[in-house]
Amino acid sequence: MTETDNIVVETAEKIFADLADAQSINSDKQGSWKAPLWQALSESGLPLSWVPEDCDGSGASLAEGFAVLNAAGRAGLAAPLAETMLAGWLLAQAKIASPEGAMTIAPVHPKDRITLGVDGTLTGRARGVPFAQDAQFIAVLAHSKEIVVVALVEAAACRIEHGIGLGGDPSDTVTFDGVTPLTFAVAPQGFDQTALLLMGAVARSLQIAGALETLLEISVGYANERVAFEKKIAKFQAVQHNLAKLAGETSAALAAATSAADTLANATSFDDAVMLEAAAAKIRCAEAAERGAAIAHQVHGAIGFTAEHILHRYSLRALGWRDDFGNESHWAVALGRMVAARGADDLWPLVASR
Amino acid sequence: MTAALRFDPIRLPPVCEELRKEVRAFLAEEIAVGTFDPHKPQREDSDAPEFSRRVGARGWLGMTWPKQYGGHERTFLERYVVTEEMRVANAPTRRFFVADRQSGPVLLKYAPEHIKMDILPRICRGELCFAIGMSEPNSGSDLFAAKTKATKTDGGYLINGAKIWTTSAHMADYMIAIFRTSPPTKENRRHGLTQFLVDMKSPGIKVNPIGQITGQHEFNEVVFTDAFVPDDHLLGEIDGAWKQATSELAYERSGPERFLETYYVLTELVRALGPEPDTRGAEGIGRLVAQLHTMRRMSVSVAGMLQAGKEPVVEASIVKDIGTIWEQQLPHRVRELSAFVDGEASNHATLDELTAFATKLAPKLTIQGGTTEVLRGIIARGLGLR
Repeated sequence: MTETDNIVVETAEKIFADLADAQSINSDKQGSWKAPLWQALSESGLPLSWVPEDCDGSGASLAEGFAVLNAAGRAGLAAPLAETMLAGWLLAQAKIASPEGAMTIAPVHPKDRITLGVDGTLTGRARGVPFAQDAQFIAVLAHSKEIVVVALVEAAACRIEHGIGLGGDPSDTVTFDGVTPLTFAVAPQGFDQTALLLMGAVARSLQIAGALETLLEISVGYANERVAFEKKIAKFQAVQHNLAKLAGETSAALAAATSAADTLANATSFDDAVMLEAAAAKIRCAEAAERGAAIAHQVHGAIGFTAEHILHRYSLRALGWRDDFGNESHWAVALGRMVAARGADDLWPLVASR
Repeated sequence: MTAALRFDPIRLPPVCEELRKEVRAFLAEEIAVGTFDPHKPQREDSDAPEFSRRVGARGWLGMTWPKQYGGHERTFLERYVVTEEMRVANAPTRRFFVADRQSGPVLLKYAPEHIKMDILPRICRGELCFAIGMSEPNSGSDLFAAKTKATKTDGGYLINGAKIWTTSAHMADYMIAIFRTSPPTKENRRHGLTQFLVDMKSPGIKVNPIGQITGQHEFNEVVFTDAFVPDDHLLGEIDGAWKQATSELAYERSGPERFLETYYVLTELVRALGPEPDTRGAEGIGRLVAQLHTMRRMSVSVAGMLQAGKEPVVEASIVKDIGTIWEQQLPHRVRELSAFVDGEASNHATLDELTAFATKLAPKLTIQGGTTEVLRGIIARGLGLR
């Protein structure tokens, strides 16, 4: 991540270190860590980082918020911080003030569509909504004929079927069956479901890159401790080369994610450049998660496969985050179509414009 | 963290975008007058000497070097833009590229003043071609095993032995090479190699061409029989070349030339699939573009760190490792995706021809300039594993 004397990120890192230590959380079967962690996060204002001060938020910059998400990925954070930040950001697009409490966002899948009827109620189903069962509110992007609206909904007003995602965090199906929103407003010109998915994709990319950073760190640490065949496994060339590849995948994920974050933080619209950066980040981070998690587990051997070990807190979350806000296949098709439509001779100018 | 990897999202400054326009306009003119064909990366370019001089005249050689030596005191990021535009256009850069990227910087750092004043301005004018003498028969990447000797004699050294895989030696004016001046010591295998500037017109040097599986001729074997190198052509420290050679590697390993060597097959694939590819074709393009974009962002990031005076040795090695594997796999991926190209595509023949050429070229990409295995060793050391 960018060199930062950024107080927002430092605050987040301190809370993660104090209240979201992976080893403690992994051994705590009761989940007693959840409430104190969320309380500290709420008091710090981090969940509403992307909500302007005039909408009752913390008014941090997009760049600062992305850096927080990268740190959350490094911590393998199992709390709806990214989701609440994204929800606050979505609400702010339509100038809706954010309420207190944990939020999530819908839809998360490109194929899901929620509609706002003429009677002012929401209809539709959103799958794989992260942390819906823990959220008090859901920020919804809905369509009313050709108009895009943003709505704030009480989670209790929706039907929520509990599910568990790959990383062990809630991933629920939320059904809007004539749900009346607390409020809704028309989204600004040019803002649509693709824009929401692009933003979500970049958020997840930063989290994946962060998780890979930690996978690299603990894998290198383990290789330098574990002795097999009478030497540290770090001394075996095959292990060294595997870890070098893990460093490469981590680097690619970091570079793609931070570049996309930097682009979104400075963008004025969701144009082709944002599409290139955000789609590329999600595609490349997903590939890196697949290859990187495999190497990290290989280096750890059987011990990393146990529930007691913290490795899975990072590897499975990185793999699970691939599916939210469009997986790599979705974005590859979208990016490929954009490149094809612009034409072969415009490919290099597009890439080199960044 | 054992090794915090850094890839800051560096953006090229506006001056680079202006320069990019100039380079594109220049290359368009050169293509228009027939200097080279951008769709023929495999061609041997007879016009290249004149092209080199014209590139030099535009101020695009020795861009980052001091003005007193004919340089232009511009940034690494500006040089980066020139390099990538030349590479993407398939411009015939072979004659000047090594001198510009590597040999010039070595001379700047280690050559005596009168040699710098003599040679560097000529490189900047595009008049000189350089070769690099590292590998030897049976040594390859294992430079410690280099045996070719430089023996002290009156006023200089006598060279005996051979270098191999020497790119462009057949047209080079000079070679910068490492020769053995002492045996390695037990404590330090890296001891005993010295760097020299060799005038390729010296008596006692024979260049034997080596044919390649692409049908091209770039590599050579260079045999030295009592070839004389004067004392003032010694570069840097006697017996200390190892450190000199490795400290320059970040420049060699992270540039756009490390992932763009087979780029032309991607352009032709996009052209052949047309404006509305099917889902599989679109997905294939999307993934390749995402990977290319990511690598380029990594490469620009390293260039930015070099410009800032940092030494991103691990990051640069990672860019070369990932970049060369990508450009090596690219023709294979393009071949797979060409199944979805309409039989009537107007560039079908070009796509097939370029894919075949790039497939033949691909094996060398992860060997030249530091093999994948050597790079991963460097990365592992950076991670604190050895």
